[in-house]
Amino acid sequence: MRYVYFFTALFVVLAVSVLGFRGSVSTKPPLELIPDMDHQAKYKPQAASPFFADGRADRPLPPGVVARGDLREDDQLYRGKNSDGTWVHGFPAALTVDAKLLARGQERYTIYCQPCHGAVGDGNGITKQYGMGATPSYADDRRLKLSGGEIFDTITNGSVLNKNMLPYADKLVPEDRWAVVAYVRALQRAQQGTVADVPPEHKPELGLK
Amino acid sequence: MSQLFPKSANRLPLQIVIYLFVLGGIASAGINYYATNKYSNVGYTPVQPVPFSHALHNGQLGIDCRYCHSFEEKSGFSNVPTSQTCMNCHSLIKTDSPLLAPVRASYASGDPVPWIQVHILPDYVYFNHSIHLARGISCVECHGQINRMEVVGQAKSLTMGFCLDCHRDPAAHIRPHDQITNLDWQRPTDPVEVKKIEGYVHDWNVKPPQSCSGCHR
Ligand code: HEC
Ligand code: HEC
Ligand code: HEC
Ligand code: HEC
Ligand code: HEC
Ligand code: HEC
Repeated sequence: MRYVYFFTALFVVLAVSVLGFRGSVSTKPPLELIPDMDHQAKYKPQAASPFFADGRADRPLPPGVVARGDLREDDQLYRGKNSDGTWVHGFPAALTVDAKLLARGQERYTIYCQPCHGAVGDGNGITKQYGMGATPSYADDRRLKLSGGEIFDTITNGSVLNKNMLPYADKLVPEDRWAVVAYVRALQRAQQGTVADVPPEHKPELGLK
Repeated sequence: MSQLFPKSANRLPLQIVIYLFVLGGIASAGINYYATNKYSNVGYTPVQPVPFSHALHNGQLGIDCRYCHSFEEKSGFSNVPTSQTCMNCHSLIKTDSPLLAPVRASYASGDPVPWIQVHILPDYVYFNHSIHLARGISCVECHGQINRMEVVGQAKSLTMGFCLDCHRDPAAHIRPHDQITNLDWQRPTDPVEVKKIEGYVHDWNVKPPQSCSGCHR
């Protein structure tokens, strides 16, 4: 009987040394002893499919297809242009510019624009020191003169000047793009500030009279 | 007969029964320890086609998760980024790095970069990212400290018990909306603050499903 216990202990030590412990790093996919219904005949998003030539289960829309409720007739809202083809100055009629829109714009700006354009819009985001030298400040002559429609178009289609900024249309829906435009305007205004803009009650804090 | 079986053989039946109990104990301990996601899935760290580092891009550069995983707030599915997302920066930064060759090829051809999926739920489980983010549940609860990972690996078990632990007590995990992608966020220790945060469960009427049909639909 002693031998039986001895060999059992040996087997346990062997099994543990082969199987290892929980949480150890492995590059091999998890083993499935009992696959249950883990893999069903359906596709989740971004899955692979051997059926299509390009191997993707997600199919691109055929050209010209418009989803229901997605006609996007409003040229001002969706393209930043007036009906005569000129850029929208200010904001589309369909939007109300209020504190809520600005707050949304600030949040989206911080996620999608700050890495390059910086928190205050001076073009000194974190990526500048790694080689994105091309990022401009919003407060230089050219960018101050941009109309709202042109900034909207830069987000939608990328920059037209040197094509150094790629489009963000896939990440921001049109309403969010206008919210970001509003926040860019606020940053520009902040860069243009003068002493006269400081409210009188805050002047002492800044050492002003 | 007494020559064939020594006296000690009298104890043999009892010894065999005891041994079977010991064996059963070892077997159930082994199954308990090894036959769960905690052993089989945690630590799964596949080699990706591009050695993309979350520690660099998120931890060091501070790029928000949503810059790349851009649909997770709107959709049940958290997408892996398009190659254009990488090219936003890498058309000007490290433009000739050999490590990025698959991304450049994908951007030129339109075929996806063949990223390998790390976290995989069985197909009979329904999961939705956007509801969790909208209710103040951070990525770190289910994915661990991604912002410190050079290579993404599975940190949490994602078993049914894991999901239910939180669904039964969301107050212990909830946080303010603006801290969801800040994986280093710590709960304040001040009792007043803690009370406010735990109060979100009531304020936002958070009711995670505990019935089977919530997750198996
Ligand atoms: C990856 C870095 C990067 C990010 C992120 C980025 N930009 Fe830019 N942006 C640039 C660069 C580079 C230029 C200069 C473009 C050029 O010269 O062609 C630019 C130019 C611009 C311009 C001026 C275009 C013109 O015609 O002069 C505007 C407006 C602008 N960006 C807005 C935004 C907004 C809004 C966002 C966020 C949704 C954003 N950018 C995100 C890099 C970036
Ligand atoms: C906001 C800008 C930005 C985005 C977006 C971005 N990166 Fe980077 N990436 C960087 C910076 C900055 C570095 C560091 C360069 C350095 O160390 O000089 C870098 C470095 C890298 C490196 C190491 C390159 C080398 O040769 O050492 C890889 C690989 C990489 N990134 C992959 C990616 C992938 C894949 C994506 C898309 C999912 C991506 N990056 C998106 C900014 C970005
Ligand atoms: C610069 C783009 C970028 C940013 C920012 C980023 N990710 Fe990722 N993420 C990727 C890419 C590309 C992959 C696929 C390759 C991989 O798994 O490493 C990925 C993979 C993942 C995965 C594994 C997906 C799977 O297959 O199961 C998780 C989880 C994840 N990211 C979470 C996060 C979290 C949390 C953050 C914010 C702290 C974040 N990511 C920020 C680009 C990014
Ligand atoms: C409540 C838990 C939970 C939270 C919170 C969560 N995730 Fe996930 N995530 C999962 C699960 C579970 C999966 C696997 C889904 C599947 O297999 O369908 C997953 C998958 C992913 C994937 C891979 C998708 C794929 O199949 O390629 C990415 C990327 C990801 N998560 C990113 C994030 C980011 C970024 C956040 C935070 C903003 C986040 N997740 C928050 C549980 C969570
Ligand atoms: C850290 C906490 C936490 C974890 C972990 C977690 N959940 Fe949740 N879950 C929540 C909260 C909070 C809600 C929102 C309840 C509400 O709508 O009020 C929720 C809601 C859901 C819903 C309902 C969505 C809907 O559309 O009705 C499903 C399904 C779900 N979770 C599945 C899962 C699964 C599967 C897992 C495990 C992989 C998981 N959850 C892990 C906190 C969590
Ligand atoms: C919070 C979400 C959630 C709820 C609620 C839930 N489950 Fe699950 N269930 C899961 C997840 C996630 C898995 C997959 C675990 C894994 O990957 O091993 C699972 C797996 C299972 C399995 C398969 C186990 C296996 O390994 O083969 C069964 C059976 C099951 N659940 C039954 C139930 C029943 C019965 C209920 C109701 C009492 C229930 N579940 C409620 C999330 C849930």
